[in-house]
Amino acid sequence: MSENTNANKDYAVIGKSVPRIDGREKVTGAAKYTGDLSFPNMLYGKILTSPYAHARIISIDTVEAEKLPGVKAVITHKDVPTLKYGISPARWDENIFCIDKVRFVGDKVAAVACIDEKTCYEAMKLIKVEYEVLPAALDFLTAMDEGQPQVHDEYPNNINTEIHQEFGDVEQAFKDAHYVRTDRFLGQRTYHSPIEPHSAISMWQDGKLTIYSSTQSPHYFQHYIAREFDMKMGDVRVLKTYVGGGFGGKLEPTGLEFAGAVLARITGRPVKMFYDRHEMFAHNRGRHAQYMEITTGVDKDGKILGCHANFKMDGGAYTSLGIASAYYAGALLPLTYEFDNYKFDMFRVYTNLPACGAQRGHGAPQPKYAFECHLDEIAKDLGIDPIEIRIRNARRPNTVTPNEFGVNSCEIKSCLEMARDMSGWVEKKGKLPKGRGIGVATGSFVSGAGYPIYRTNLPHAAAMIKVAEDGTAATLYTGAVDIGQGSDTVLSQMAAEAMGFVYEQMKIVAADTETTPHDFGAYASRQTLMSGAAVKQAGEEIKAQLLDMAAVILQRDPSDLEVKAGVIYSRTDSSVTLSFADAAKEFFVRRGPLVGKGSYAPPKLGGKFKGAAVGTSPAYSFCAQISEVQIDEETGVIDVLDVWDVHDCGMVINPGLLHGQVHGALYMGLGESIWEQVLFDKNGKLVNGNLGEYRLPTALDMPRVHSGLIDSYEPAGPWGVKEVGEGSTNPTMGCFANAIYDAMGVRINSLPLTYEKVWKALKEKRELEQKQNK
Amino acid sequence: MNKDISLVVNGEARYINVPADKTLLDMIREDLNLKGTKKGCDAGDCGACTVLLDAEPVNSCLVLAVEAANKEVTTIEGLAKGGELHPIQAAFIKHGAVQCGFCTPGMVLAAKAILDKNPNPSVEEIKEGIAGNFCRCTGYKKIVDAVLASGRNIQG
Ligand code: FES
Ligand code: FES
Repeated sequence: MSENTNANKDYAVIGKSVPRIDGREKVTGAAKYTGDLSFPNMLYGKILTSPYAHARIISIDTVEAEKLPGVKAVITHKDVPTLKYGISPARWDENIFCIDKVRFVGDKVAAVACIDEKTCYEAMKLIKVEYEVLPAALDFLTAMDEGQPQVHDEYPNNINTEIHQEFGDVEQAFKDAHYVRTDRFLGQRTYHSPIEPHSAISMWQDGKLTIYSSTQSPHYFQHYIAREFDMKMGDVRVLKTYVGGGFGGKLEPTGLEFAGAVLARITGRPVKMFYDRHEMFAHNRGRHAQYMEITTGVDKDGKILGCHANFKMDGGAYTSLGIASAYYAGALLPLTYEFDNYKFDMFRVYTNLPACGAQRGHGAPQPKYAFECHLDEIAKDLGIDPIEIRIRNARRPNTVTPNEFGVNSCEIKSCLEMARDMSGWVEKKGKLPKGRGIGVATGSFVSGAGYPIYRTNLPHAAAMIKVAEDGTAATLYTGAVDIGQGSDTVLSQMAAEAMGFVYEQMKIVAADTETTPHDFGAYASRQTLMSGAAVKQAGEEIKAQLLDMAAVILQRDPSDLEVKAGVIYSRTDSSVTLSFADAAKEFFVRRGPLVGKGSYAPPKLGGKFKGAAVGTSPAYSFCAQISEVQIDEETGVIDVLDVWDVHDCGMVINPGLLHGQVHGALYMGLGESIWEQVLFDKNGKLVNGNLGEYRLPTALDMPRVHSGLIDSYEPAGPWGVKEVGEGSTNPTMGCFANAIYDAMGVRINSLPLTYEKVWKALKEKRELEQKQNK
Repeated sequence: MNKDISLVVNGEARYINVPADKTLLDMIREDLNLKGTKKGCDAGDCGACTVLLDAEPVNSCLVLAVEAANKEVTTIEGLAKGGELHPIQAAFIKHGAVQCGFCTPGMVLAAKAILDKNPNPSVEEIKEGIAGNFCRCTGYKKIVDAVLASGRNIQG
């Protein structure tokens, strides 16, 4: 176990399941989301999209639409900047509106601003777009072949990203191996499906633009909006209200902000833009479909000697965050197990389908599914228990991965052992009745990305705290973004702890590029560690000033004083106390506002090879999952009974919120494991662009969830924290696939692990057995 | 074509002139300016728009406003009384059943409908009662816990 320097500490505020800071507003319906806001004279806007997967735009005629009463503006590519954009600076390939051709069903063609929503839909029907339909590239496995339709002329053979990395000597490792095995898997497209649809309200005043947006990162929006319109960042304000879930889908500009900003400028009125549910699916940016071939060589004890991951991803029509997704897919694979020789090949391929991007666990869950299935196959072939082979290969603390990620705290071995004990693995494995099975898998994830999405030397997070004049309350100003995960609560707890104050009197102003200090936002599970580090520093600055003041008031040496939970006291004389509020008030009277500030930048991380930055992080979380399933042999129906998740996520600031993150991540992982899948017809049109047919799991689909924690301390994080929100999605699909195999002896090599696939595999297995028996 | 309707919303009599094709959801959000009722899909899939219509939970995006004429509508704004949270609301906070909060108003009303009929529901009955309400954040576990606990609470 790593040294836990929190073990003997007695914290007043952190480590406790305080209620959410926004709980009351949310349960009473008072919490305002962007779509709930309205402004005087506000117009409504919608984007007209392409009905074809691939077509040349011959002409766009907006005359009839403009004549419709209630229509205030109609815009096309002629009315907006033609500068290409994208969240990934390595490949800007999107335009606000398509200029020469459309590249997927849902590509943006024009937009309208009208007095109400109804008029928007009518106006869009009156815009006449003439298309010349082109053959489309819809299958990512063949899109690179000669003669396939080209999605972007600039990118021959539809290659968006190509990666070839090798660390150590994989060939030699395979030669030295006792056993080498190759398996192939397929992962499906999924979609984040936050329950709140995307929306954005844009308005101008004196040449300055303000956008309210349901976003995971006001900063990146501000950066890209300023770039697109050639404005100073200081003239663009982006702020969020409450955000109804993101999961990666609200990290990049959606097009609503660009179109809305132009419509608002032309009309001189605020414009509210939104996506309806179908449009959300069409815009997408969810998880890539992915083909994964993995070859691994092991010694006779099952110790991994080398591994080759050879992947291909369906990028869809644009880059989105996909370059990072492609790198992540391979970069995070060597985290949970230790081996020296690793080779990673990847093509991310353009197709005429909606673009894919970052979804919870970014790039990692599907490769993890593949690898965890593959490892179980190896264990079976060698006659080793699945948990045993994982323990033998488990990464140890203070090690370095073959791709040069430094891992500090790492309790994966303890996670496996605890999950084994909690689940009753030893009593169950191999002893369950037919149809019932148990499976295991591991996962790991970054606690914030080591480098920002675009090149900049800005710190990754910053924070400010202001104590009220009478000292009875304090406000934390942070650019961190609460999208539901609870960062407002956790950061307020951290601020109170660092200041020696109480949580109940904390207030927070967050995620507004004008009033709060810079932070990159909610992605890559970064905020507890990175934003938290900035908040801790700001709180400590308050504390130092406060104690300095108290020393004057009490006429004692500042080093003799300490403050905790709103009370200043002497370390040596228990009769000496002073309230936080009295000292803070006196500070204001004598010295002016009591404010503290902090910022955080990670150390320089990673190696020097191409793509070395992706996957670097100051710290990595680890977890093990075990699941138990019951399969109906006749129908293939999978009943998920129990899941045990054990996490090593460093010091826990709020156990209640943390377990909530685990439950949510598991829920998403479960949906992707068995039901969820974005489907298209042969023309590239969405066939299940709604929540019912997409098959989001309901309460009835959920297993019993048991989540456990390993005591750990991460030296790179404030108070020893690291991530939890995404890591729990990583093992889930592999865990279920392994449980299904254990139950029925059939290996489902593609996601989702549907009832039908199980049924078919069982049927094939029976037929094969019958044949062999003859 | 518009119609005049009268109805009771959160205990108050309201007279509204609404287009015949307007949904109850849009009337609640636009005409009554009660933004606590959410629109997640406008298609009857998500349950974010759940309100009680004469004590029955409905997806208000699937009900026409005129169908609410002479009926009683309860939205999330109608639950807390005099600044005091309804026990279900308090339980949602206490048990951590809220994350992003977008499903919460609908979920709380669905829970109320369950408990109004059966103050002591089983876990299965709760799951069935909220099966029409999607939550993308919580995995439902803490929501079920909160409903279980508030059932006990309300009973005393
Ligand atoms: S908005 Fe009514 S069910 Fe989704
Ligand atoms: S709390 Fe986010 S959808 Fe339920």
